[in-house]
Amino acid sequence: MTSTLTPPRKRSALTKGQLPKFAPLVVVAVALVLAAAILALIGFNALGWGILSAILFTIGLVTWSGLVEGSRKAKDKLATCLVVGAFLVALLPLVSVIWTVLVNGIPGLLTPGFLTTSMNGVTGTTDNRSVEEGTRVLGGVYHALLGTIQITVLATVISVPVGLLTAIYLVEYGNDRPLARAITFFVDVMTGIPSIVAGLFAAAFFFAIVGPGTKTGAVAAVALSVLMIPVVVRSSEEMLKIVPNELREASYALGVRKWRTIVRVVIPTAISGIASGVTLAIARVIGETAPILVTAGFATSINNNVFSGWMASLPTFIYTQILNPTSPSNPDPSNQRAWGAALVLIILVMLLNLGARLIARAFAPKAGR
Amino acid sequence: MTTNSLTTSQGAGRAGDKVFSGAALAAGCLILAVLFGVALFLVVQALPALVAQPEQIQGGQGFFAYIWPIVIGTLIAAIIALVIATPISIGVALFISHFAPRQLASGLGYVIDLLAAIPSVVYGAWGAAFLAKEISPAYGWLANNLGWIPIFQGPASATGKTILTAGIVLSVMVLPIITSLSREIFLQTPKLHEEAALALGATRWEMIKMAVLPFARPGIISAVMLGLGRALGETMAVALVLSSGVLTASLIQSGNQTIAAEIALNFPEAGGLKVNTLIAAGLVLFVITLAVNMIARWIITRHKEFSGAN
Repeated sequence: MTSTLTPPRKRSALTKGQLPKFAPLVVVAVALVLAAAILALIGFNALGWGILSAILFTIGLVTWSGLVEGSRKAKDKLATCLVVGAFLVALLPLVSVIWTVLVNGIPGLLTPGFLTTSMNGVTGTTDNRSVEEGTRVLGGVYHALLGTIQITVLATVISVPVGLLTAIYLVEYGNDRPLARAITFFVDVMTGIPSIVAGLFAAAFFFAIVGPGTKTGAVAAVALSVLMIPVVVRSSEEMLKIVPNELREASYALGVRKWRTIVRVVIPTAISGIASGVTLAIARVIGETAPILVTAGFATSINNNVFSGWMASLPTFIYTQILNPTSPSNPDPSNQRAWGAALVLIILVMLLNLGARLIARAFAPKAGR
Repeated sequence: MTTNSLTTSQGAGRAGDKVFSGAALAAGCLILAVLFGVALFLVVQALPALVAQPEQIQGGQGFFAYIWPIVIGTLIAAIIALVIATPISIGVALFISHFAPRQLASGLGYVIDLLAAIPSVVYGAWGAAFLAKEISPAYGWLANNLGWIPIFQGPASATGKTILTAGIVLSVMVLPIITSLSREIFLQTPKLHEEAALALGATRWEMIKMAVLPFARPGIISAVMLGLGRALGETMAVALVLSSGVLTASLIQSGNQTIAAEIALNFPEAGGLKVNTLIAAGLVLFVITLAVNMIARWIITRHKEFSGAN
């Protein structure tokens, strides 16, 4: 923080009124010792130690800085401490969630056949027997995994073209016309549609067109599209907006048609942002439970046809296994399967994220800054 | 579908232009049609519950007596989530955009995206299995020491499955949304503004206060509103975490219920007028989010002239 322009020699006029370079280290050491001493009196735990040390560090460094450097530098240090603190606080739930899922999920995931069998034929009796005899838990997530992939891919196939084209209309053709403003407004409204309402809408839509009680993967995909389209539109719109106008004008000046300018200049420039927006959209919908519960029902066996029959998905699998265990008297096997499925779902999402990042990096234009 | 224009061959010329703009327009109109469909369906299906005799509705006192406690419950949960998440998210976004070393920044951004990627049902399971258990001693402490404040009135829930736990889980879920959007906005701050502030001798915090935050304010508001939309409509986390009940002022007792969780828990077994009642509840939720979005839009347009990067 306290870098000086002069080489570290004696205190000169330039370095006067600054904390020495080792100041943060000293304060950290003092804060750690002090926090440990205080907690030793009331009972020690690691999390409390970390939090108390951070608070003491902030108070110590800011006070010292205020005394030596004046209030402006002290405020700067306070802001830095708070911002770093916010980041560390945000990491706590992430670490905790991932740790919980790993600890509870690995036994489920490592059970032989977990990824390659469905819940077909697995009943409360099977679970009771596996608990009583200590044998491995039967049943797996193959059907739910297949269902999730099919539903999400179909939803993405519907949403990305519609969303991207709408964003293009808003940025390139809209010109702040009433229609463009209406679309922007209603896309915002759509962002606020609760997932369960989207599910109800898709269900009712298909009940009216195909027939009452229609519950298939395709209905779920439509419900997810309702949730996904506005996210895709918003993120793509933001990304298209920050493409410099000079690029478009240069292209027009070369006599290139507008649509080719968009396809060959604007979109490639913004593709990395669009890809990350689409990834966030997929991440949002892949774990949606409520709309799938309402629209695709719940299946225990494999269904490869999104257009007919009930279909399982990982989120609904987790939800039902936790809330309605297969064997109500022995919920442990169901919990194990649920956490295993949660782990699979998280791994799936992480792979998607990573893939999108690699794609974005591969497509990104040479960075300006 | 309307994607054919993307693959039209090179020499398409004027026709390509027409097809492309037509496709873009059609996509935009499709969105309007879908939204209209959602609203139409909700209103039509909700009408029977709105015009029904009061004693036919669950609770026997009419639709509004049924709906207002869960509306308040929804708002309480969402407000808890935003109060916790907003300052932390802005801090995290600033950390990634302006404080972290350049080489680390994109990796840290990925870490926060990871938080967004974790599905809601996993957060629900985590909240129910881990957080509620760990946090219940803190509720006991609050009830003993701050019990004179109505929101911390005891006796505290022994399981920790309270509206405050649900709000905390929701705050974790909206944090990455607000963070990633704010971060994008912070990174768009004109470099010249930042450098000008630094050149005038501003400290880093003064530079952020003078150059970054004023530029980003509408973006932050829109990010918070998106987070609010998610917190209001979030179903699974609340359904799994909250042990629901009647409306209570205390945040650390079991009780309260949100609209989304009420629908999710009751819809599968519902029949007859109950279905209409739940759909009407969905309509109310829809109207609340509509109001939230309209306020957000109004704030953003008011500040638009200060934010234009182009």
